[in-house]
Amino acid sequence: MKLIDRLYKDAPLATRGEITPKLGFLLTVLLAIVWLIPFLWMGVATLRPASDGINTMAELMPSVKPTLDNIRDAWEIGDFPRYTLNTTIICAGILLVQFVTITLAGFAFARLAFAGKTLIFYLFLMQLMLVPVLLIVPNLSLVAQLGLYDTLTGVMMPFFASAFGTFLMRQAFEAIPTELEDAALIDGASLLQRIRHIYVPLSMPSFSAFAIISVTSHWNDFLWPLMVINSPDKRPLTVGLSVFTKTAEGTQAWGTIAAGTLMVIAPLLVTFLIFQKRFISSFVTSGIK
Amino acid sequence: MSLAEPAALPVATSAAPRLDVLKRLTTRFKASLPAYLLLLPSLVFLALFTYGAMGRVFVDALYQRATPKAPLHFVGLDNISAVLADSAFTGAVVNNLIYAVGTAIPSIGLALLFALALSRTNAVSSALRAALFLPVLIPMVAASALFMFIFLPNVGLLDYYIGRLLPVLPNWLGDPDIALYAIMIITIWKNAGYYMLFFLAGLQAVPEDVMEAAHLDGAGPYMRLRHIILPELKPTFLFVTVIAILNAVTQVDHVFVMTQGGPSNSTNLVLFYIYQQAVEHYDVGKASAATLLTLAALMGLTALSFRTMATREGGP
Repeated sequence: MKLIDRLYKDAPLATRGEITPKLGFLLTVLLAIVWLIPFLWMGVATLRPASDGINTMAELMPSVKPTLDNIRDAWEIGDFPRYTLNTTIICAGILLVQFVTITLAGFAFARLAFAGKTLIFYLFLMQLMLVPVLLIVPNLSLVAQLGLYDTLTGVMMPFFASAFGTFLMRQAFEAIPTELEDAALIDGASLLQRIRHIYVPLSMPSFSAFAIISVTSHWNDFLWPLMVINSPDKRPLTVGLSVFTKTAEGTQAWGTIAAGTLMVIAPLLVTFLIFQKRFISSFVTSGIK
Repeated sequence: MSLAEPAALPVATSAAPRLDVLKRLTTRFKASLPAYLLLLPSLVFLALFTYGAMGRVFVDALYQRATPKAPLHFVGLDNISAVLADSAFTGAVVNNLIYAVGTAIPSIGLALLFALALSRTNAVSSALRAALFLPVLIPMVAASALFMFIFLPNVGLLDYYIGRLLPVLPNWLGDPDIALYAIMIITIWKNAGYYMLFFLAGLQAVPEDVMEAAHLDGAGPYMRLRHIILPELKPTFLFVTVIAILNAVTQVDHVFVMTQGGPSNSTNLVLFYIYQQAVEHYDVGKASAATLLTLAALMGLTALSFRTMATREGGP
């Protein structure tokens, strides 16, 4: 109890003796431990040698003779380097095109007056409300008509425009003082030059917030690439992992599955642990992606 | 109307109104042109993959092929009535409703608990927040791979530790009466940390001095929660509920990986049904009809929050 008391030392004096908030805190600590158990198991099982047998597979105490065999097996059985490359290409490609589209559209909404602004605003807002994953059927037939079935470009294309990103950039651009732009205008800078040299450099925090949301959500996308991609060598990590899991499940190779899962989520987890604050604040702004 | 205004004005404007309107429109268009050019790239992709896609859903839902290779012919509302008469679809809708309620309420409740317990910023609480947030980051497919072992009969994590306490070991994913609930546990585990963030942000808005005044008036923790915090969090509740319901329809990758809608359709959800119709049965007409019905239901839901969202995004 002493330890918890210390956590509440900056609470108002009158409430410091209250017991209910502390019980809630204890419950949350317990649940946080439960929340971590799948990750803990993943780590322990990855390092557990197959010789420990299937009956100790669930043991959360690490094995006494840890091994990297599972990681090597997963690396060899699943084509993880290739999957990682594909996912990286997809995420980077989407993000690069999005940066262009959301910067231009965000600027138009932030700084320009134009006919039909209200209508176009609502057209953008509609994308925010329509969940793209529901439109898989019509989008698949469009991608096929464009000759992009079974290509990474086909996977990327539906996400090139982002209403969420546009509104985020609009907000960032509106906060930039117009005097800066006026000064550049006097120096004869064109519209695109002003966006490129004044608005973009001053909006980096918003770009990075958007990048975090965009990359995490497309890193984790499963259903859409599952439908568009047919060739094994074009699979992204998520589709690759699901196929790999199916195969390894048949042979009860749970250590290998744990190792494969670890490889898929490690890049995101490491980045999150380094940039924790940024991730959390970006996810708060995201709401509906 | 000022008295100094000359009375001759009406004559001057009535000369050629049509030409005038046209001219005004062209000048407005010319003035708006740079904005249109900047919006063009976004609008092209939105037109193709959002509005165009919606249009195609409408059209595709009206056509049908007798066999996968046969030509399309117009069937009107037949696809819609076929979908509504399909017990797999109505079953999926019922499952999805149970799934939505059964995931939204616990995950929102837990999120509120987490946020209330961790609203003070210190090293311990930010470590706990990070722990609870981790599942949000990982792909649903990865979560499924982990939970496939957790739910594994006999040797899996759940049976190994908790199974000893139960008289009969349940087959978590293999029993049609339990599988849907097992699937829900994964969703709750994955989303509670996400919703927690919104409650943490919402709690920042609870005025400190009102809370202090409530202590002084002798309000205990429960009274303060009931009469100050919860009313203040009402917009957060609405917002999170909408997201939770949208997630219940769209975030169903674990059904694909773990159960394929089985056993005996007990975990079949609407999006999986749509996928099955389109990819496994090549029945685009039926898939589109099911998409259309789902879209209509979801748009009804989001229309409720349309105003709030418009203001959230800064208005037109």
